Amino acid sequence: MIEQKTFGDDTAADDNILVVRDLHVSYATRSGSVAAVRGISFVVPRGKIVAIVGESGSGKSTTSQALIRRLASGGSIDSGSIEFEGRNLGPMSERELRSIRGGRIGFVPQDPSKSLNPLMRVGDQIAEALRLHLKLDKTAAAAEAVRILAEVGLPDPDARATQFPHELSGGMRQRVLIGIAWACNPQLVIADEPTSALDVTVQRHVLDNIDELVRRHNTSVVLVTHDLAVAADRADYVAVMSNGEIVEQGTTAQVLSAPTHEYTKKLVESAPGLASRRLTPSLTALGEQQQSSAGRLFTHTRPAQPAGSATASGAVPAHSGADAAGATNILEVSNLVKTFALRRQGGGSQVLRAVDDVSFVVPRGSTFSIVGESGSGKTTTARIAARIASADSGTVSFDGTDVTSLSGEALRQLRRRVQVVYQNPFGSLDPKMSIERIIAEPLRAFRVGDRTHRAEMARELLEHVSLSPSLAQRRPTELSGGQRQRVAIARSLAIGPELIVLDEPVSALDVSVQEQILQLLVDLQVQFGLSYLFISHDLGVIRQISDHIAVMRSGKVLEAGTAHDVMSNPQHEYTRELLEAIPGQRAV
Amino acid sequence: MTNLRKPGFVLGLIIIALAIVASLAPQLLATHDPFESVATDRLLPPSAQYLFGTDNLGRDLYSRVIYGAALSLLSASLAVVVGVVVGAVVGLISGFVGGRTDFIIMRFVDVLIAVPGVLLALIVVASLGFGPVSLALGVGLGAAGSFARVMRSQVLRIRSEEYVEAARTLGVRSPAILVQHVLPNAARPVIAMAALEMGTAILSVSALTFLGFGAPPPAPEWGALVAAGRDYVATNPGLSIIPGAVILVVVLAVNRVARSIGGDE
Repeated sequence: MIEQKTFGDDTAADDNILVVRDLHVSYATRSGSVAAVRGISFVVPRGKIVAIVGESGSGKSTTSQALIRRLASGGSIDSGSIEFEGRNLGPMSERELRSIRGGRIGFVPQDPSKSLNPLMRVGDQIAEALRLHLKLDKTAAAAEAVRILAEVGLPDPDARATQFPHELSGGMRQRVLIGIAWACNPQLVIADEPTSALDVTVQRHVLDNIDELVRRHNTSVVLVTHDLAVAADRADYVAVMSNGEIVEQGTTAQVLSAPTHEYTKKLVESAPGLASRRLTPSLTALGEQQQSSAGRLFTHTRPAQPAGSATASGAVPAHSGADAAGATNILEVSNLVKTFALRRQGGGSQVLRAVDDVSFVVPRGSTFSIVGESGSGKTTTARIAARIASADSGTVSFDGTDVTSLSGEALRQLRRRVQVVYQNPFGSLDPKMSIERIIAEPLRAFRVGDRTHRAEMARELLEHVSLSPSLAQRRPTELSGGQRQRVAIARSLAIGPELIVLDEPVSALDVSVQEQILQLLVDLQVQFGLSYLFISHDLGVIRQISDHIAVMRSGKVLEAGTAHDVMSNPQHEYTRELLEAIPGQRAV
Repeated sequence: MTNLRKPGFVLGLIIIALAIVASLAPQLLATHDPFESVATDRLLPPSAQYLFGTDNLGRDLYSRVIYGAALSLLSASLAVVVGVVVGAVVGLISGFVGGRTDFIIMRFVDVLIAVPGVLLALIVVASLGFGPVSLALGVGLGAAGSFARVMRSQVLRIRSEEYVEAARTLGVRSPAILVQHVLPNAARPVIAMAALEMGTAILSVSALTFLGFGAPPPAPEWGALVAAGRDYVATNPGLSIIPGAVILVVVLAVNRVARSIGGDE
């Protein structure tokens, strides 16, 4: 790699709290040693936030672990130096390191649900660090813990300190972890994806809190994140990692406004928070649409009559008398209500209205998106619309036919026309099946073609989702997340549906892969005249794909309209808050 | 194939291979006719001519042990097959259908597990008549309960996997989901358990043949050989101890290999 200027070069050397020089880290695996970090150098100036940005597998988490010498098993630092306040941490004894970790270097872990001891009160967990490093006595530590909880923005810190982690929300738990990291007034805090598991509005508040702590305590922070937009908003300096190397580093403004490296350019382009347009179909997709006669995949697989009335035991007369063959709205949902009984501690129960009088329509051939944070009822709504779950009341009508109470064979026939793509491409594909069998499964279920014909169609479908047909005999475990999601999309297309319900289809994927999948969806929509019901928590993603948007919170639709109206002229306070919480706005 | 570097595993494999050869083609290993009695060579100690010595009728004990492998091991294998098949089907239905069906089936399974295996086998053998097949049925049914429980727990886990729900939304019918998704993903722990059960089955079969519930004499089942030697324990302890030791070694070998297969995969 070419010699790179590190961004600390222009500042005085003693102003750098951390200096990393030519760091190499590798993991020992069964098939030999694998280099995870290959010769990176960077500095962290005092009181500044340095973001390390990269996708999964780029080596960014390994780097953050190496900085405090807490690598996962099998990992080792092969060469290079890590100087913290002028002392090399590399050859330091485990004992000396312990006094630095938690004391002078704080660490904020990624997953707040796993990183706190579930059997210990949160106040005690903060106090533990204080007693260990600052040698405070029990009462002083307890009082200090309450003060810290107040400082990280927990309301009613006295009471919170006596609670257990499961009694706090994800955002509050992350605040507690931030409190622990800052408890002993460290010079440096390493935050590994501190907000990735949180909702956007919560993410914003937590990051604001970190900003404030940095300013007040003049702490330096190494912020590891996959989200370039978060880095853009919060960091003073950015280092972009790919394949174990830092491909570009500099001040945030430099890197984002004038990226020089190819990879950074790609990353900047694909960050959903930074892009602000709806994706348009690519040229090849438009060409293919004109070629194929009806713009339809495998027209022969669909029966001539609407599937709902095919075997008719549970079929219901057409809703509102609309022409069943060509209703303008592919899906109409009205007044859906779904409640869950929650058991309360100490007996009794409470009714949670997960979906509370929700109505919307999905026009044929367009994308209707529901956006909301966790617990908003968006997924439950989608599951009811896809007839996976059932509602307490309200109706779902598909192509003018009421399908609310279909069951058995009639419901199965509906699957020919409505398909679902799930959030987690690692969970929704049977690990024991070959890709070809997975994609051909719906064809087999509906007895389309013979074995060789189905294999042929599976290969064709693979090409439609831009995967090589040579993957047909592989197992899902051999594919990457993006490839798996393409397989899931190919599977949902196999039977030639009209509506596809997409439940957070890109949330589990890296940003650059996200954009590719979204582009694929947009292309396929034009090619095959599909309608989408799209569910996401991420307005940045929603913005790239939607024609209509509904914003949900606490089971209710707060606001609905065309994508343009909702995005540019939000009516509801909460929508405005969501829009403001999209990271990456300060940089644009 | 790191297993092949462990001496215990290799030794176990060799012993199992010998046992399989003995049960399929005993004439390759035997030195004498197991049923031929030589009146002048009664109750001889082990020697070059009679490796394990001779019994009270002058039959070669070594050859009898070799020929006994077929009966003992095939009964035990059949027992495991019966246990796995019956247990897996019951557990599969119980876990997949759920609700009241699950409740009723599992209470029967609880009863099955509560009765000691050997007692259950005795009841089955007593009602079906003596012989290696009824013996296998009895021992197999005794093991079916625990297979049903393992299978059911696997099915419950897999039933809630996303790919099962995905299959349903793709329009796949329930029986097809059961065969194509649930069964292949549930099979592994059950197979690992079946391998471990083999050792237990050999012991149970031997115990029952020792009590005389197997094939009628002069069939040389291992348990029956130990029983026949009882009368001469004071003068010729080898007659009981040697077949007993063979049972022990084979069971240890089976368990050692089964553990590696179950644990490493």
